[in-house]
Amino acid sequence: MKEKILIKGLYKRFGKSDVLKGIDLAVKEGEVVCVIGPSGSGKSTMLRCMNRLETASGGVIIVDGIVMSDKRVNINKARENIGMVFQSFNLFSHLTVRRNITLAPVELKKKKREEADRDALALLKRVGLEDKIDAYPHELSGGQKQRVAIARALAMAPDIMLFDEPTSALDPEMIGEVLQVMKQLATDGMTMVVVTHEMGFAREVADRVIFMSDGVILEEGLPENIFSDPKENRTREFLKRVMPA
Amino acid sequence: MNLTRTFTEATPLLLQGLRITVLISVLAILFGTLIGFFSCLIGLSKLRGLREISAVYIWIIRGTPMIVQAFIVYFGFPQLIQMFNPAFRISAFTAGLVTLSLNAGAYISEIFRGGISAVDKGQIEAARSLGLSRSITMVRVTLPQAIKIAIPSMVNQFIITIKDTSILSVIGLADIVNKAKVYVGASYQFFTTYILVAVYYLVIISVLMLVSQRVEKRFNYERKKL
Ligand SMILES: Nc1ncnc2c1ncn2[C@@H]1O[C@H](COP(=O)(O)OP(=O)(O)O)[C@@H](O)[C@H]1O
Ligand SMILES: [Mg+2]
Repeated sequence: MKEKILIKGLYKRFGKSDVLKGIDLAVKEGEVVCVIGPSGSGKSTMLRCMNRLETASGGVIIVDGIVMSDKRVNINKARENIGMVFQSFNLFSHLTVRRNITLAPVELKKKKREEADRDALALLKRVGLEDKIDAYPHELSGGQKQRVAIARALAMAPDIMLFDEPTSALDPEMIGEVLQVMKQLATDGMTMVVVTHEMGFAREVADRVIFMSDGVILEEGLPENIFSDPKENRTREFLKRVMPA
Repeated sequence: MNLTRTFTEATPLLLQGLRITVLISVLAILFGTLIGFFSCLIGLSKLRGLREISAVYIWIIRGTPMIVQAFIVYFGFPQLIQMFNPAFRISAFTAGLVTLSLNAGAYISEIFRGGISAVDKGQIEAARSLGLSRSITMVRVTLPQAIKIAIPSMVNQFIITIKDTSILSVIGLADIVNKAKVYVGASYQFFTTYILVAVYYLVIISVLMLVSQRVEKRFNYERKKL
Protein backbone atom coordinates (compact mmCIF):
# COMPACT_ATOMS: atom_id res chain seq x y z
CA MET A 1 0.00 0.00 0.00
CA LYS A 2 0.99 3.60 -0.69
CA GLU A 3 2.45 5.82 2.00
CA LYS A 4 0.11 8.70 2.78
CA ILE A 5 2.28 10.34 5.38
CA LEU A 6 6.04 10.09 5.51
CA ILE A 7 8.05 11.85 8.18
CA LYS A 8 11.84 11.70 8.32
CA GLY A 9 13.96 13.22 11.07
CA LEU A 10 11.35 15.76 12.16
CA TYR A 11 12.76 18.33 14.58
CA LYS A 12 10.81 21.08 16.25
CA ARG A 13 12.24 23.74 18.50
CA PHE A 14 10.24 26.38 20.37
CA GLY A 15 12.78 29.01 21.29
CA LYS A 16 15.38 27.09 23.25
CA SER A 17 13.38 23.98 24.00
CA ASP A 18 13.54 20.96 21.73
CA VAL A 19 10.02 19.62 21.54
CA LEU A 20 10.43 17.05 18.76
CA LYS A 21 13.81 15.38 18.55
CA GLY A 22 13.91 13.36 15.39
CA ILE A 23 10.61 11.72 14.51
CA ASP A 24 10.39 9.06 11.80
CA LEU A 25 6.95 7.86 10.88
CA ALA A 26 5.19 6.35 7.89
CA VAL A 27 1.42 6.02 7.63
CA LYS A 28 -0.04 3.90 4.86
CA GLU A 29 -3.21 4.55 2.95
CA GLY A 30 -6.26 3.56 5.01
CA GLU A 31 -4.19 3.02 8.12
CA VAL A 32 -5.36 4.22 11.53
CA VAL A 33 -2.50 5.26 13.78
CA CYS A 34 -3.19 6.19 17.40
CA VAL A 35 -0.64 8.34 19.19
CA ILE A 36 -0.47 8.04 22.97
CA GLY A 37 1.90 9.42 25.54
CA PRO A 38 2.16 11.76 28.50
CA SER A 39 1.11 15.39 28.26
CA GLY A 40 3.90 17.61 26.92
CA SER A 41 5.59 14.79 25.01
CA GLY A 42 5.00 16.54 21.67
CA LYS A 43 1.98 14.67 20.29
CA SER A 44 0.08 17.80 19.28
CA THR A 45 3.17 19.42 17.87
CA MET A 46 3.89 16.41 15.67
CA LEU A 47 0.31 16.37 14.41
CA ARG A 48 0.36 20.11 13.74
CA CYS A 49 3.60 19.78 11.78
CA MET A 50 1.78 17.40 9.42
CA ASN A 51 -0.46 20.19 8.10
CA ARG A 52 2.07 22.88 8.90
CA LEU A 53 0.08 24.65 11.58
CA GLU A 54 3.56 24.45 13.07
CA THR A 55 6.59 24.73 10.81
CA ALA A 56 9.21 22.08 11.33
CA SER A 57 12.67 23.20 12.42
CA GLY A 58 14.22 20.29 10.59
CA GLY A 59 13.40 17.11 8.74
CA VAL A 60 11.06 16.21 5.93
CA ILE A 61 7.29 15.79 5.98
CA ILE A 62 5.57 14.38 2.92
CA VAL A 63 1.80 14.10 2.88
CA ASP A 64 0.18 12.47 -0.13
CA GLY A 65 3.28 13.16 -2.19
CA ILE A 66 3.45 16.85 -1.24
CA VAL A 67 6.52 17.99 0.65
CA MET A 68 4.87 19.98 3.43
CA SER A 69 8.21 21.08 4.83
CA ASP A 70 9.05 22.84 1.54
CA LYS A 71 8.30 26.56 1.81
CA ARG A 72 7.36 26.75 -1.86
CA VAL A 73 4.41 24.37 -1.73
CA ASN A 74 0.93 25.85 -1.95
CA ILE A 75 0.09 25.18 1.66
CA ASN A 76 -3.59 26.08 1.34
CA LYS A 77 -4.07 23.65 -1.52
CA ALA A 78 -2.23 20.93 0.42
CA ARG A 79 -4.35 21.48 3.52
CA GLU A 80 -7.56 20.91 1.57
CA ASN A 81 -6.59 17.26 1.55
CA ILE A 82 -5.84 17.03 5.28
CA GLY A 83 -8.77 17.38 7.65
CA MET A 84 -8.09 18.31 11.25
CA VAL A 85 -10.23 17.92 14.35
CA PHE A 86 -9.28 19.85 17.47
CA GLN A 87 -9.73 19.17 21.14
CA SER A 88 -11.64 22.42 21.55
CA PHE A 89 -13.86 21.86 18.46
CA ASN A 90 -13.22 25.37 17.08
CA LEU A 91 -16.53 25.60 15.28
CA PHE A 92 -16.99 29.05 13.76
CA SER A 93 -19.16 30.59 16.44
CA HIS A 94 -20.75 33.21 14.17
CA LEU A 95 -21.98 30.66 11.63
CA THR A 96 -24.74 28.05 11.70
CA VAL A 97 -23.85 24.39 11.48
CA ARG A 98 -24.69 24.47 7.77
CA ARG A 99 -22.41 27.44 7.09
CA ASN A 100 -19.65 25.95 9.23
CA ILE A 101 -19.65 22.97 6.92
CA THR A 102 -20.09 24.81 3.61
CA LEU A 103 -17.74 27.77 4.22
CA ALA A 104 -14.54 26.16 2.98
CA PRO A 105 -15.96 24.20 0.01
CA VAL A 106 -17.83 27.27 -1.26
CA GLU A 107 -15.03 29.78 -0.64
CA LEU A 108 -12.49 27.50 -2.27
CA LYS A 109 -14.82 26.98 -5.21
CA LYS A 110 -14.91 23.25 -4.77
CA LYS A 111 -18.69 23.28 -4.80
CA LYS A 112 -21.61 25.51 -5.68
CA ARG A 113 -23.66 26.74 -2.75
CA GLU A 114 -26.61 24.37 -3.48
CA GLU A 115 -24.34 21.39 -3.90
CA ALA A 116 -22.46 22.27 -0.72
CA ASP A 117 -25.76 22.56 1.15
CA ARG A 118 -26.85 19.15 -0.08
CA ASP A 119 -23.53 17.63 0.90
CA ALA A 120 -23.71 19.31 4.32
CA LEU A 121 -27.03 17.59 4.96
CA ALA A 122 -25.60 14.24 3.86
CA LEU A 123 -22.57 14.70 6.12
CA LEU A 124 -24.76 15.66 9.05
CA LYS A 125 -26.82 12.50 8.49
CA ARG A 126 -23.60 10.57 8.61
CA VAL A 127 -22.78 12.00 12.05
CA GLY A 128 -26.42 11.80 13.16
CA LEU A 129 -27.11 15.54 13.41
CA GLU A 130 -29.25 16.44 10.41
CA ASP A 131 -31.79 18.12 12.72
CA LYS A 132 -29.12 20.58 13.90
CA ILE A 133 -28.34 22.02 10.48
CA ASP A 134 -29.65 25.49 11.34
CA ALA A 135 -28.35 25.59 14.91
CA TYR A 136 -25.52 27.81 16.08
CA PRO A 137 -22.55 26.14 17.79
CA HIS A 138 -23.49 27.48 21.23
CA GLU A 139 -26.76 25.56 20.99
CA LEU A 140 -24.97 22.21 20.73
CA SER A 141 -23.53 19.91 23.36
CA GLY A 142 -19.80 19.17 23.29
CA GLY A 143 -20.30 15.82 21.61
CA GLN A 144 -22.53 17.39 18.97
CA LYS A 145 -20.00 20.16 18.35
CA GLN A 146 -17.25 17.65 17.79
CA ARG A 147 -19.37 15.62 15.38
CA VAL A 148 -20.12 18.80 13.42
CA ALA A 149 -16.40 19.59 13.43
CA ILE A 150 -15.73 16.17 11.91
CA ALA A 151 -18.43 16.80 9.28
CA ARG A 152 -16.87 20.18 8.52
CA ALA A 153 -13.48 18.60 7.93
CA LEU A 154 -15.01 15.87 5.77
CA ALA A 155 -16.76 18.46 3.59
CA MET A 156 -13.45 19.13 1.87
CA ALA A 157 -13.28 15.43 1.02
CA PRO A 158 -9.82 14.98 2.51
CA ASP A 159 -7.77 11.83 2.05
CA ILE A 160 -6.31 12.12 5.53
CA MET A 161 -7.79 13.08 8.89
CA LEU A 162 -5.82 14.28 11.90
CA PHE A 163 -7.44 14.20 15.35
CA ASP A 164 -5.89 15.97 18.33
CA GLU A 165 -7.49 14.56 21.48
CA PRO A 166 -10.98 14.87 19.99
CA THR A 167 -12.73 13.61 23.12
CA SER A 168 -10.59 15.16 25.87
CA ALA A 169 -12.87 18.19 26.33
CA LEU A 170 -16.04 16.10 26.47
CA ASP A 171 -18.20 14.97 29.36
CA PRO A 172 -17.80 11.20 29.72
CA GLU A 173 -21.31 10.43 28.46
CA MET A 174 -20.55 12.16 25.15
CA ILE A 175 -17.27 10.47 24.34
CA GLY A 176 -18.96 7.41 22.88
CA GLU A 177 -20.91 9.24 20.19
CA VAL A 178 -17.75 10.90 18.85
CA LEU A 179 -15.69 7.72 18.94
CA GLN A 180 -18.52 5.96 17.12
CA VAL A 181 -18.29 8.45 14.24
CA MET A 182 -14.51 8.05 14.15
CA LYS A 183 -14.79 4.29 14.15
CA GLN A 184 -17.14 4.43 11.18
CA LEU A 185 -14.68 6.69 9.39
CA ALA A 186 -11.91 4.18 10.02
CA THR A 187 -14.08 1.36 8.72
CA ASP A 188 -14.75 3.39 5.57
CA GLY A 189 -11.03 3.36 4.90
CA MET A 190 -9.96 6.86 5.93
CA THR A 191 -6.28 7.36 6.69
CA MET A 192 -6.25 8.65 10.27
CA VAL A 193 -3.75 9.84 12.84
CA VAL A 194 -5.44 10.12 16.22
CA VAL A 195 -3.85 11.57 19.33
CA THR A 196 -5.96 10.13 22.11
CA HIS A 197 -6.22 9.10 25.72
CA GLU A 198 -9.01 6.67 24.88
CA MET A 199 -7.08 3.44 25.21
CA GLY A 200 -10.18 1.36 24.49
CA PHE A 201 -10.58 3.09 21.15
CA ALA A 202 -6.88 2.70 20.32
CA ARG A 203 -6.97 -0.98 21.15
CA GLU A 204 -10.08 -1.60 19.09
CA VAL A 205 -9.64 0.67 16.07
CA ALA A 206 -5.94 1.38 15.63
CA ASP A 207 -3.86 -0.57 13.14
CA ARG A 208 -0.83 0.70 14.98
CA VAL A 209 -0.18 2.49 18.26
CA ILE A 210 2.65 4.93 18.78
CA PHE A 211 3.95 5.85 22.20
CA MET A 212 5.63 9.24 22.40
CA SER A 213 7.76 10.46 25.23
CA ASP A 214 9.95 13.56 25.45
CA GLY A 215 9.78 14.39 21.76
CA VAL A 216 10.58 10.96 20.37
CA ILE A 217 8.63 7.90 19.35
CA LEU A 218 9.73 5.53 22.05
CA GLU A 219 7.79 2.51 20.95
CA GLU A 220 5.32 1.49 18.29
CA GLY A 221 3.49 -1.61 17.26
CA LEU A 222 0.21 -3.42 17.01
CA PRO A 223 -2.24 -2.31 19.71
CA GLU A 224 -2.29 -5.75 21.34
CA ASN A 225 1.49 -5.73 21.61
CA ILE A 226 1.76 -2.20 22.99
CA PHE A 227 -1.04 -2.65 25.49
CA SER A 228 -0.32 -6.21 26.63
CA ASP A 229 3.41 -6.43 26.26
CA PRO A 230 5.13 -3.01 26.18
CA LYS A 231 8.87 -3.24 25.72
CA GLU A 232 9.85 0.08 27.27
CA ASN A 233 9.70 0.92 30.93
CA ARG A 234 8.22 4.33 30.32
CA THR A 235 5.45 2.87 28.17
CA ARG A 236 4.62 0.44 30.93
CA GLU A 237 4.54 3.19 33.56
CA PHE A 238 2.37 5.39 31.36
CA LEU A 239 -0.11 2.61 30.67
CA LYS A 240 -0.26 1.73 34.33
CA ARG A 241 -1.17 5.34 35.11
CA VAL A 242 -3.88 5.73 32.47
CA MET A 243 -5.31 2.22 32.72
CA PRO A 244 -5.04 1.11 36.33
CA ALA A 245 -5.70 -2.61 36.18
CA MET B 1 -33.71 83.14 33.73
CA ASN B 2 -36.63 82.44 31.52
CA LEU B 3 -36.73 79.01 29.96
CA THR B 4 -39.70 79.62 27.64
CA ARG B 5 -38.18 82.86 26.35
CA THR B 6 -34.80 81.25 25.81
CA PHE B 7 -36.44 78.28 24.19
CA THR B 8 -38.40 80.30 21.64
CA GLU B 9 -35.59 82.77 20.96
CA ALA B 10 -32.63 80.44 20.89
CA THR B 11 -34.12 77.38 19.28
CA PRO B 12 -33.85 78.51 15.62
CA LEU B 13 -30.21 79.45 16.21
CA LEU B 14 -29.39 76.30 18.13
CA LEU B 15 -31.04 74.11 15.51
CA GLN B 16 -28.79 75.65 12.84
CA GLY B 17 -25.84 74.71 15.03
CA LEU B 18 -27.28 71.29 15.76
CA ARG B 19 -27.44 70.59 12.01
CA ILE B 20 -23.72 71.25 11.73
CA THR B 21 -22.96 69.19 14.86
CA VAL B 22 -24.89 66.21 13.55
CA LEU B 23 -23.51 66.54 10.02
CA ILE B 24 -19.87 66.73 11.09
CA SER B 25 -20.40 63.92 13.64
CA VAL B 26 -21.92 61.57 11.08
CA LEU B 27 -19.22 62.31 8.51
CA ALA B 28 -16.41 62.02 11.06
CA ILE B 29 -17.77 58.70 12.33
CA LEU B 30 -17.96 57.44 8.75
CA PHE B 31 -14.49 58.61 7.72
CA GLY B 32 -13.04 57.75 11.12
CA THR B 33 -14.30 54.18 10.82
CA LEU B 34 -12.84 53.86 7.32
CA ILE B 35 -9.51 55.34 8.37
CA GLY B 36 -9.49 53.20 11.50
CA PHE B 37 -10.23 50.06 9.53
CA PHE B 38 -7.41 50.65 7.05
CA SER B 39 -5.00 51.78 9.73
CA CYS B 40 -5.74 48.56 11.58
CA LEU B 41 -5.21 46.38 8.51
CA ILE B 42 -1.98 48.24 7.70
CA GLY B 43 -0.95 47.75 11.32
CA LEU B 44 -1.36 43.99 10.95
CA SER B 45 0.52 43.88 7.64
CA LYS B 46 3.53 41.69 7.12
CA LEU B 47 5.47 44.71 5.84
CA ARG B 48 7.23 46.56 8.59
CA GLY B 49 7.08 49.92 6.79
CA LEU B 50 3.29 49.79 6.61
CA ARG B 51 3.02 48.77 10.24
CA GLU B 52 5.18 51.75 11.23
CA ILE B 53 2.91 54.19 9.38
CA SER B 54 -0.05 53.00 11.40
CA ALA B 55 1.90 53.03 14.66
CA VAL B 56 3.23 56.58 14.15
CA TYR B 57 -0.22 57.88 13.18
CA ILE B 58 -1.79 56.44 16.31
CA TRP B 59 1.08 57.66 18.44
CA ILE B 60 0.73 61.25 17.21
CA ILE B 61 -3.05 61.40 17.58
CA ARG B 62 -3.10 59.80 21.01
CA GLY B 63 -0.16 61.85 22.24
CA THR B 64 -1.57 65.30 21.42
CA PRO B 65 -4.73 67.14 22.48
CA MET B 66 -7.39 67.45 19.81
CA ILE B 67 -7.54 71.19 20.21
CA VAL B 68 -3.87 71.41 19.21
CA GLN B 69 -4.53 69.08 16.26
CA ALA B 70 -7.38 71.35 15.21
CA PHE B 71 -5.15 74.44 15.40
CA ILE B 72 -2.51 72.71 13.30
CA VAL B 73 -5.02 71.66 10.64
CA TYR B 74 -6.88 74.98 10.59
CA PHE B 75 -4.09 77.54 11.13
CA GLY B 76 -0.83 75.65 10.70
CA PHE B 77 -1.15 73.71 7.46
CA PRO B 78 -2.81 76.54 5.50
CA GLN B 79 0.12 78.80 6.37
CA LEU B 80 2.52 76.13 5.13
CA ILE B 81 0.60 75.53 1.90
CA GLN B 82 0.13 79.27 1.30
CA MET B 83 3.90 79.54 0.87
CA PHE B 84 3.39 77.67 -2.41
CA ASN B 85 -0.21 78.56 -3.19
CA PRO B 86 -1.21 81.88 -1.63
CA ALA B 87 -4.85 81.40 -2.63
CA PHE B 88 -5.24 78.32 -0.45
CA ARG B 89 -8.08 78.49 2.09
CA ILE B 90 -9.64 75.91 4.36
CA SER B 91 -13.05 76.26 5.96
CA ALA B 92 -13.58 75.64 9.65
CA PHE B 93 -15.91 72.80 8.70
CA THR B 94 -13.36 71.03 6.50
CA ALA B 95 -10.57 71.53 9.02
CA GLY B 96 -12.85 70.34 11.80
CA LEU B 97 -13.91 67.29 9.83
CA VAL B 98 -10.31 66.36 9.00
CA THR B 99 -9.26 66.73 12.64
CA LEU B 100 -12.21 64.83 14.00
CA SER B 101 -11.92 61.99 11.45
CA LEU B 102 -8.18 61.54 11.99
CA ASN B 103 -8.77 61.61 15.72
CA ALA B 104 -11.57 59.05 15.70
CA GLY B 105 -9.65 56.94 13.14
CA ALA B 106 -6.70 56.43 15.47
CA TYR B 107 -8.85 55.25 18.35
CA ILE B 108 -11.02 53.09 16.11
CA SER B 109 -7.88 51.51 14.65
CA GLU B 110 -6.93 50.43 18.16
CA ILE B 111 -10.46 49.20 18.85
CA PHE B 112 -10.41 47.03 15.72
CA ARG B 113 -6.97 45.71 16.59
CA GLY B 114 -8.18 44.77 20.05
CA GLY B 115 -11.22 43.06 18.54
CA ILE B 116 -9.14 41.06 16.09
CA SER B 117 -6.66 39.91 18.70
CA ALA B 118 -9.53 38.91 20.99
CA VAL B 119 -10.81 36.36 18.47
CA ASP B 120 -10.01 32.85 19.64
CA LYS B 121 -6.88 31.58 17.86
CA GLY B 122 -8.54 28.19 17.48
CA GLN B 123 -11.08 29.74 15.08
CA ILE B 124 -8.26 30.88 12.82
CA GLU B 125 -6.44 27.56 13.03
CA ALA B 126 -9.61 25.71 12.11
CA ALA B 127 -10.10 27.93 9.07
CA ARG B 128 -6.49 27.58 7.95
CA SER B 129 -6.58 23.80 8.45
CA LEU B 130 -9.44 23.63 5.94
CA GLY B 131 -7.22 25.27 3.34
CA LEU B 132 -8.62 28.80 3.63
CA SER B 133 -6.02 31.48 2.92
CA ARG B 134 -4.96 34.16 5.37
CA SER B 135 -7.12 36.76 3.66
CA ILE B 136 -10.26 34.64 3.31
CA THR B 137 -9.88 33.64 6.95
CA MET B 138 -9.60 37.30 7.90
CA VAL B 139 -12.72 38.30 5.96
CA ARG B 140 -14.97 35.32 6.68
CA VAL B 141 -13.91 34.21 10.15
CA THR B 142 -11.84 36.77 12.05
CA LEU B 143 -13.48 40.07 11.10
CA PRO B 144 -17.12 39.07 11.70
CA GLN B 145 -16.20 37.97 15.20
CA ALA B 146 -13.85 40.90 15.80
CA ILE B 147 -16.54 43.41 14.81
CA LYS B 148 -18.96 41.85 17.24
CA ILE B 149 -16.40 42.12 20.01
CA ALA B 150 -15.61 45.71 19.01
CA ILE B 151 -19.16 47.07 18.84
CA PRO B 152 -19.47 48.33 22.44
CA SER B 153 -16.13 50.16 22.25
CA MET B 154 -17.05 51.51 18.82
CA VAL B 155 -20.28 52.98 20.17
CA ASN B 156 -18.31 54.50 23.00
CA GLN B 157 -15.92 56.08 20.51
CA PHE B 158 -18.82 57.40 18.41
CA ILE B 159 -20.21 59.10 21.52
CA ILE B 160 -16.83 60.65 22.25
CA THR B 161 -16.61 61.87 18.65
CA ILE B 162 -20.03 63.51 18.85
CA LYS B 163 -19.08 65.28 22.04
CA ASP B 164 -15.66 66.25 20.68
CA THR B 165 -17.31 68.31 17.95
CA SER B 166 -17.91 70.92 20.64
CA ILE B 167 -14.15 71.52 20.92
CA LEU B 168 -14.14 72.62 17.28
CA SER B 169 -16.13 75.73 18.14
CA VAL B 170 -12.76 77.26 19.04
CA ILE B 171 -11.71 77.26 15.37
CA GLY B 172 -15.04 78.81 14.49
CA LEU B 173 -17.07 75.76 13.52
CA ALA B 174 -20.68 76.95 13.57
CA ASP B 175 -21.83 74.06 15.75
CA ILE B 176 -24.43 74.14 18.49
CA VAL B 177 -21.96 75.28 21.17
CA ASN B 178 -20.78 78.13 18.97
CA LYS B 179 -24.36 79.23 18.31
CA ALA B 180 -25.13 79.02 22.01
CA LYS B 181 -22.16 81.28 22.78
CA VAL B 182 -23.45 83.80 20.27
CA TYR B 183 -26.92 83.78 21.82
CA VAL B 184 -25.61 83.96 25.36
CA GLY B 185 -23.40 86.91 24.41
CA ALA B 186 -26.50 88.89 23.50
CA SER B 187 -29.04 87.59 26.02
CA TYR B 188 -26.99 86.60 29.10
CA GLN B 189 -29.26 83.56 29.50
CA PHE B 190 -26.37 81.28 30.52
CA PHE B 191 -28.27 78.74 32.57
CA THR B 192 -31.23 78.13 30.33
CA THR B 193 -29.24 78.22 27.09
CA TYR B 194 -26.60 75.73 28.16
CA ILE B 195 -29.22 73.45 29.74
CA LEU B 196 -30.93 73.46 26.38
CA VAL B 197 -27.66 72.63 24.62
CA ALA B 198 -27.07 69.76 27.03
CA VAL B 199 -30.55 68.41 26.32
CA TYR B 200 -29.86 68.45 22.58
CA TYR B 201 -26.66 66.45 23.07
CA LEU B 202 -28.50 64.01 25.28
CA VAL B 203 -31.10 63.49 22.58
CA ILE B 204 -28.55 62.82 19.80
CA ILE B 205 -26.52 60.45 21.92
CA SER B 206 -29.60 58.62 23.18
CA VAL B 207 -30.67 58.07 19.58
CA LEU B 208 -27.22 56.66 18.81
CA MET B 209 -27.41 54.36 21.81
CA LEU B 210 -30.83 53.07 20.77
CA VAL B 211 -29.60 52.37 17.25
CA SER B 212 -26.49 50.64 18.57
CA GLN B 213 -28.53 48.42 20.84
CA ARG B 214 -30.40 47.14 17.81
CA VAL B 215 -27.18 46.62 15.87
CA GLU B 216 -25.67 44.78 18.82
CA LYS B 217 -28.68 42.47 18.95
CA ARG B 218 -28.32 41.71 15.27
CA PHE B 219 -24.71 40.70 15.75
CA ASN B 220 -25.43 38.67 18.83
CA TYR B 221 -25.63 35.23 17.24
CA GLU B 222 -25.02 33.72 20.67
CA ARG B 223 -28.49 34.80 21.76
CA LYS B 224 -30.27 34.84 18.45
CA LYS B 225 -32.39 31.80 19.00
CA LEU B 226 -32.63 31.37 22.74
N1 LIG C 1 3.60 27.47 20.62
C1 LIG C 1 4.45 26.97 21.54
N2 LIG C 1 5.43 27.74 22.05
C2 LIG C 1 6.28 27.25 22.98
N3 LIG C 1 6.24 26.00 23.47
C3 LIG C 1 5.28 25.18 23.00
C4 LIG C 1 4.34 25.63 22.02
N4 LIG C 1 3.50 24.60 21.73
C5 LIG C 1 3.91 23.56 22.50
N5 LIG C 1 4.98 23.91 23.25
C6 LIG C 1 5.70 23.02 24.18
O1 LIG C 1 6.05 21.86 23.51
C7 LIG C 1 5.91 20.73 24.34
C8 LIG C 1 5.04 19.71 23.68
O2 LIG C 1 3.74 20.21 23.57
P1 LIG C 1 2.58 19.40 22.86
O3 LIG C 1 2.98 19.03 21.49
O4 LIG C 1 1.35 20.23 22.99
O5 LIG C 1 2.48 18.12 23.77
P2 LIG C 1 1.30 17.09 23.92
O6 LIG C 1 0.31 17.33 22.84
O7 LIG C 1 1.96 15.74 23.83
O8 LIG C 1 0.73 17.32 25.28
C9 LIG C 1 5.35 21.23 25.66
O9 LIG C 1 6.39 21.32 26.57
C10 LIG C 1 4.81 22.60 25.34
O10 LIG C 1 4.92 23.44 26.42
MG1 LIG D 1 -1.70 17.93 22.98
